[in-house]
Order: sequence, then structure tokens, then C-alpha cells
Amino acid sequence: MSTVSGTGPGTADAPSPDDALHEAAALADRDTPPRHGAAPDGPVLAADGTPLKRSLARALRLQKTRALMLIAPLLIFVLISFIVPIAQMLWRSVENDIVSNTLPMTVPELAQWDASDGGLPPEPVFRAMYYDMFLAAEAKKHTRLGTRLNYEQTGISSLFRQSGRKLDDLGKDILKPLRALDGDWAQAAPWFELMSGADGAAKDTAALEAQRDRLRRVTESPLAGEIGFAPSSEISALLPLTAQAYTDFAIFTVLEDGKDLAKTKPWETVYPALIEDMQTADVAGYGGPRAGMLQALRAGIAEFPPPSYSAAFADIDADWAAPQVWQTIQTHARTVTPGYFLNAVDMQLTPDGAAAQPESKQILVKLFGRTLVMSLIIMGSCILLGYPIAYLLANLPMRTANVLLILVLLPFWTSLLVRTSAWKVMLQQQGVINDTLVWLGLVADESRLVMINNQFGTIVAMTHILLPFMILPMYSVMQTIPPSYVRAAKSLGATNWTTFWRVYFPQSVPGIGAGSILVFILAIGYYITPEIVGGTKGVFISNRIAYHISSSLNWGLAAALGTILLAVVLLLYWCYDKIVGIDNVKLG
Amino acid sequence: MESNQMKLKTIMLTTAAAMIAAPAFAGSHMASEMTIVSWGGAYSKSQLKAYHEPYSEMTGTTILNDDSSAEAVAKLRAMNEAGNITWDVVDVVAADAIRLCDEGLAMEIDPDTQLAAAPDGTSAADDFGDLLVSDCFIPQIVYSTTFGYRTDLVGDTPPTSVCAVFDTEAYPGKRSLEKRPINNMEWALMCDGVAKEDVYDVLATDEGQDQALAKLATIKDDVVWWSAGADTPQLLADGEVVMGSTYNGRLFSVIEEQNQPVAMLWDAQVFDLDGWIIPAGLSPEREARALDYIMFATDTQRLADQAKYISYGPARMSSAPLVGQHADLGIDMAPHMPTDPENAKNTLLYNYEFWADYRDDIDAKFQAWLAQ
Repeated sequence: MSTVSGTGPGTADAPSPDDALHEAAALADRDTPPRHGAAPDGPVLAADGTPLKRSLARALRLQKTRALMLIAPLLIFVLISFIVPIAQMLWRSVENDIVSNTLPMTVPELAQWDASDGGLPPEPVFRAMYYDMFLAAEAKKHTRLGTRLNYEQTGISSLFRQSGRKLDDLGKDILKPLRALDGDWAQAAPWFELMSGADGAAKDTAALEAQRDRLRRVTESPLAGEIGFAPSSEISALLPLTAQAYTDFAIFTVLEDGKDLAKTKPWETVYPALIEDMQTADVAGYGGPRAGMLQALRAGIAEFPPPSYSAAFADIDADWAAPQVWQTIQTHARTVTPGYFLNAVDMQLTPDGAAAQPESKQILVKLFGRTLVMSLIIMGSCILLGYPIAYLLANLPMRTANVLLILVLLPFWTSLLVRTSAWKVMLQQQGVINDTLVWLGLVADESRLVMINNQFGTIVAMTHILLPFMILPMYSVMQTIPPSYVRAAKSLGATNWTTFWRVYFPQSVPGIGAGSILVFILAIGYYITPEIVGGTKGVFISNRIAYHISSSLNWGLAAALGTILLAVVLLLYWCYDKIVGIDNVKLG
Repeated sequence: MESNQMKLKTIMLTTAAAMIAAPAFAGSHMASEMTIVSWGGAYSKSQLKAYHEPYSEMTGTTILNDDSSAEAVAKLRAMNEAGNITWDVVDVVAADAIRLCDEGLAMEIDPDTQLAAAPDGTSAADDFGDLLVSDCFIPQIVYSTTFGYRTDLVGDTPPTSVCAVFDTEAYPGKRSLEKRPINNMEWALMCDGVAKEDVYDVLATDEGQDQALAKLATIKDDVVWWSAGADTPQLLADGEVVMGSTYNGRLFSVIEEQNQPVAMLWDAQVFDLDGWIIPAGLSPEREARALDYIMFATDTQRLADQAKYISYGPARMSSAPLVGQHADLGIDMAPHMPTDPENAKNTLLYNYEFWADYRDDIDAKFQAWLAQ
């Protein structure tokens, strides 16, 4: 067997399942006939007659499956509660389909506009915007888009909110003379008849489904189900824009509002659409329902000039008549955007590409730097304070060490908020430490020390809170260092210092490494303590992330900041692995 | 044998039926339960006494409290994305209500049909008047952010104007201000010579923002920045600061309930509103119950009752004459209301529209300025 076992790779060490495979393979390939087995020159067979190689592979596969099943609950838990949310967060930092979903017709129109000449976009853009915006306002999604774009240009939030309320005006202005022409134009039933066509008329279901898809993107609801309406093919060809506007209204009214189409007046969008269509439509040959209404309108069309959407928008708000808003929409229309990441490093996406934020708004890079530096300082002070304690714990008799260990763990059983607030009481200017110093006469009453609401306060409070995470791994590593090494060093003539520095300390380094990683990674994401004692200069990047999650609702930016933080931690971990080696980290 | 099997089958079927019925029963039990989200502390207590207890008594509904109002917007958005809304009624400040309405996370309320009219027949829309700042928002109280000062630390001339905050010579010592631009920027401009009615026009410009920050910079080293409403009362009680801004109800409790040497400086107090929203997307049954609760909890008497427990002004005009005495202290509450004419000589109203547009922009500048 020894000759055989030497042929497989990796057999120098303890045998592993792989070795068995290799052996089986080697056995199978051997020229000499095996001692047992059915056919000479054939593969080695197991007791049940199957080739040994296959039966062994099956046994191993079974073993692996069983192992996988055993860890499956944990794996699934980690996957669902950890990996998936992180992946979602990463995705959210670049996701930006809200613009193209809310303004599906405007975005492609706007993409063709050249903003560089400083003028306004052409009329088709305004027209697309009118119909998109009206629908978004009905679905109450326009304000959400306004909030999104307000991150990029201040003022868009209220512009969208107010414009949503005034979008009816254009349609109402047209309806007035239209009603004078024929009162039926203002009624629900005639519109329904006109749009549906005669009984049994060919229906343009393709148009219906196209509009349904479009509405789905805006409303984010399935909008499934029969609506009892489709524009007749004749009307759809004759009055394409009107049919589109009415179909939007029909789908939304039936499926979202649950109202009866034949009894609900159409949205105001159908009137400008009708007038625009009628400018060129040839209705002379039309013989469907309500043909008279259409022909009368066609005859009097001179009274109805084609609607000017750009003028309507200018009436709603003067900001629509300036190119900035349109540039902002155009710049941020991409479904996947680098904008949030640029914002996260104090830059912004402009029509001309990436540019730095104005200096007065630059803060995030500074906070990243500060978070890293302060986390390192906190880690350092934890090492300095924790090492002697861990040494003491490891070298005292068990009974005393246990009592001390409880003292180390005691803060763990106190609420984080209580511990942080206690530091406030200790460190503030009218606090315990200042009072004591004044009483001792070391500090004058009028020049009490400022020890809180600054970086010092944050470092003190966080060092205290994170200290156990440093002490525990150090302690468990130090416990495993055999005292005989120290005794041996001393008996060979080393001084106390040399013994410690050359013999004891190197063996305790894995504990320092483990504690440092724990403390540093915990510190870098700390939020509540800096918020309470950090004042203005002691806050961390996590405080900004919290602001964007809970106050500004700019989750994209928060996700980008979180992603960068994660990347920085992984990068530092990698550096640590390269420099120190992760094998040198021990938790006990 | 056969019959035994039948028996077993019957037992199993019954068990299965019971198991299916159990959740249904739990569901019907849930129907008499609703979760109301508020701020916690003394404020939730006042709502418990004035609204929840009488409502539970009347309808038999069990009301569960959740003190999550501070994170309500973010949590509602997350619940909405997850498609599982566990809250029935949520107490939020008006600015948050506007954002929830904008995001489509709160349902619209028609004050005339869904809220109770005043006892004299005035419609709810008229009774609340201008305070209906959003289609989704039912105002409950008017509160103000204003200053309190230590009477023993200001010498013989107690401050009468908000500009005392910026006068470190006459009133040396630290002051506490909220760690956000809202209110602070307005006060800074008003004390830098900008007329009250021009404040937001000025603040809408870069120069105006720089001007406000420059004014704040004159006291930057003397400011303790707070982020929780309880901070300033604590700082005042400890003597850490000589004056500080916070919500008027917090100062009331420091002054009247804890008898600290603190006095109110009502000058330039900023009115803000707090009230209810109902999350969008509730089941019809829960929505009906939430609406029923809202109708009850925002009627004239209930709003006046709340003022017995906390010094915030009721949002209905018709409630004001009904405001009585504090339930425990027995003092008249009217003079402690921010809306009392004596206190409301010089006031600002939180400008929702302005801050909805400018808060992110100015906040970035403000935080960058703080970090300098």
C-alpha cells in the first residue's frame, strides 16, 4: 500500500477523504490484477458489485450532503438575515429607477435634448412631462420624485408638490369652450362610448397593455385584471394621444379607485390630447358612436388652438421656464447612478460630469477620516489600558481572577445609554471630576475643564465601553502562555524586562491582534455614544448615516456611505492579514 | 378496526380544523387591538389619560403603545417596502407628516367628513383652520421651541429678547441649541438685523445662509448642541448652561414640577404642530377603526382634556376656552400655553414649505460648519 499511497498528492499529512479517492483511482489504474474483484483487468469492485471508485464517491457525497444539511439552518439564516440585506444595501446605493419609472415618456424625450446651449427643452419634452406628471400626481408619486430630485437641486420638492395641484388648469381651460360647443364633452358616458367604439368594434388591446405596463411602473402595483374597456382600433388610429390619455384614466380608475368608468368623468388630460389630435385628424369618414360630436369639433377647430404645454408649465411655476430643473432631471435620469457615491465623497453629478461639492458643504470625507483616526486612538487606548488588566487576570490565582473578571464584565450588564450618560455626569463642567478638581484647588472655578461634547469625551466614553472587548481575547490568550517559558528565560539569566519583552509579549500578540480587530471594527460603526457625548467635533460618519436614514430619507446616500465604510473595513482587514497575518489572531 | 380508523380520522380532522380555526380566532381577537405610536414620556402619558383610556372604556379596544415617533418616517417607509404595516395611528410632527404624505405613506383625511365638528357646529376644517398643513395630517397640539434661562445666573436684568442668546457679554456662560439648522438660522438672522417677515427670503440665498452661520459663529464656542428634547432641561438643572432652547412643555415641567430656578423666555418662540397620521395601506377594517379613534381623539373636549396633563396648546380653536387646571398641580394651564396672548407677542411659525425644500441643503452646510 505504501507505494500506492505515495502517488496521490497531499498524502504526506494525515489521511483525508480525498486521499481515499486518490487511492481508489490509483488502484483502479493499476496494471496488475487486484486481489479481489470480479473481472480481471476491470475496475476494482466493492462488495455489492459496483466499482469501488463510484461507491466511495457516493459515500463521500452522502457525507458531504449530511454535513451541509446540518449547517443548512445556520447558512440559510445568515443568508437571509445578513447577506441579502447587505446586497440590497449595496444595490440601493446605485439604484435610481424612480426617475425613469415616474416619467417614462419624458426621460427618452429629454435624452435627445442638448442642454449646452442654455435654452429650454423643445415642446415634445413639455408634452411628455405633462402627461407623465399628471399620471404621477394621480398615483401620488410625483412628490416622491420631487423629494428624490430635491437632494440634487434645492427647491424641486415644493415645485413638484405645487405643480401636481395645478396640472388640472390646462385641461380645465380647454374644457370651458369645449363645453360651450357641446355639453356632452364634459360628461362621463359620451366619452366612454366614443372611446370604446360600437359594440363588436375591433379593439386595440395592444395599446391597452402598453399603457398598463406604463402605469405599473409608476404606481408599483400589479394592476392586473379586466377593466371592461379597450379603445376601439378606429379611435386609437384616429385620435392616438386621446386614446392613450383615456386608457390611462380607464385603467387607473377601474383598478386603483374601483369606480365605474361609464359614470366617471375623464381626467383633464383628455382635453388637450383631443385638441391636439383634432388639429390633423380626418373625422369625415368616422362612423362610430358620437361621430357628430367629433365632426362638430372638427368644424370649429379654428376656435381651439393647439395646446402649448410649455406655456402651461410656465404658468404653473416660473421655475419650469428655466433650464436648471430640466438639466437636473436629465442628469439624474439614469437607472443606475454613480451620484450617491459621488455625494458620499463630497462630489456631485452635474450635467458636465462629476464635480466637487461647494466647499461649504464638504463634510463627509472629513468625517470618514475622523472616524478612522478616532477609532485608531480608541483602539490604542484600549490596548494600553487593557493589557495590564489582562496580564493581571491571567497571572492571579483563579479565585481572585474570577472576581476581577466579573468587574470587567459588569459594564456589559449595564445599558449602553446609562454608561454613556454616566460619563456625561462625570465629565461635564459642573460634573464630578471638575467639582473635585475645583475643591482640591487644582483648577479655578471660572476655568473648569471642557472634557465633554468634544473628541476627548468621545474617546474616553468609547474606550470605557469597548474595553472588555479588548481585555477578554487578551486574557484568554495570556492564559495559554505556559509560565515555564518565563521561568526558563529567567533561569537563563534574562532580566525581568527582557523576559517580558522577548518571551512573554510575543506570545501575547495574537490576543492583542484579536482585541484590536474587535475594538476597531466596533468603534468604526459606533453611533449612539458619539451622538450623545461627541458635541460637534466628536461625531462619526455613522451619525451622518443615521441622519440620512431617519431624517432626510436619502437612503441612497446612506447606503453609499455604508458601502464605503464596509469597503474601508474590508480593506483594513486585508492589510492586517498581509502585515500581521490573520492566522496570528487568537480568541483563546 | 375499520371504525377505529374512522375515529382516528375524525380526531385528526377535528384537530386540523381547530388548528385552522385558531389563527382565525386570533385574528378576530386582534380586531379589538390597535397600535398607536407616539413619543413616550410625559407626552404619551397625557395622551393615555386624555384619549386612550376613555376610548378603550367606550369601545373595548385595547390600545398598544409604541414609543417610536422619533423614527416614524423611516420605519413607516421600511414597513411599506416590506408590505407589512403594523401601526394603526402614528403621532408625528407636521414636517414629518408632510413628508409621509409626499411619499404616499400616509392616507389623506377629509376633515369635513372624517373629523368631528365643534360643539357649536363649526366644521372641523374651519375649527382647525390654517393648522391643517397637509392633506394627511390631523393636528393635535401647538407646541413651541423656545428658550428657558437660569434665573440665578443672569444677574439683575433677566433677558427679555431672544437676542440675549447671542449676547455673551451681558449673559456669560454656555447656551444650549439644537444640533440642526431649523430655528437656529431664523433666530440668528433676526438678531442680525433681518426683519421677521424677510427671514425666509434671506435664508433662501447663499449669502443669507452665510450671514446666519456667521452670526452663530460669534457664539459657537459657548454653545452646547443638543439632539434630544430632554437635554436642555437637564443642562439647565445642572447649571451647565445659562440658557437653552427646547420644547415649552419640557421647560414647564422643569419650572413647575421640579421647581428649578428656571424661567421662560417666550420671545421669538417658534410654533410647530404635532398630530396624527394614519398609515396608507391598512386593511379596510383597521382603517375604519383608526378613523374612528381619530374622530374621537381629536374632538373639541378631548383636545382640551390633554392640556390638563401637559402644557401644549390644543390645535382646535374651540378647545381653547375649555382648557382648565393641571390635573396634579392644580394650577391654571392657560398662562402656560404657548398660544396664550401674553406669551405669543412675538412668534414665528415653522415654515414647512421652506424647510421641506431647503433642509438637506442647509443641513449639509450647517453640519460642515459645525465640524470646522
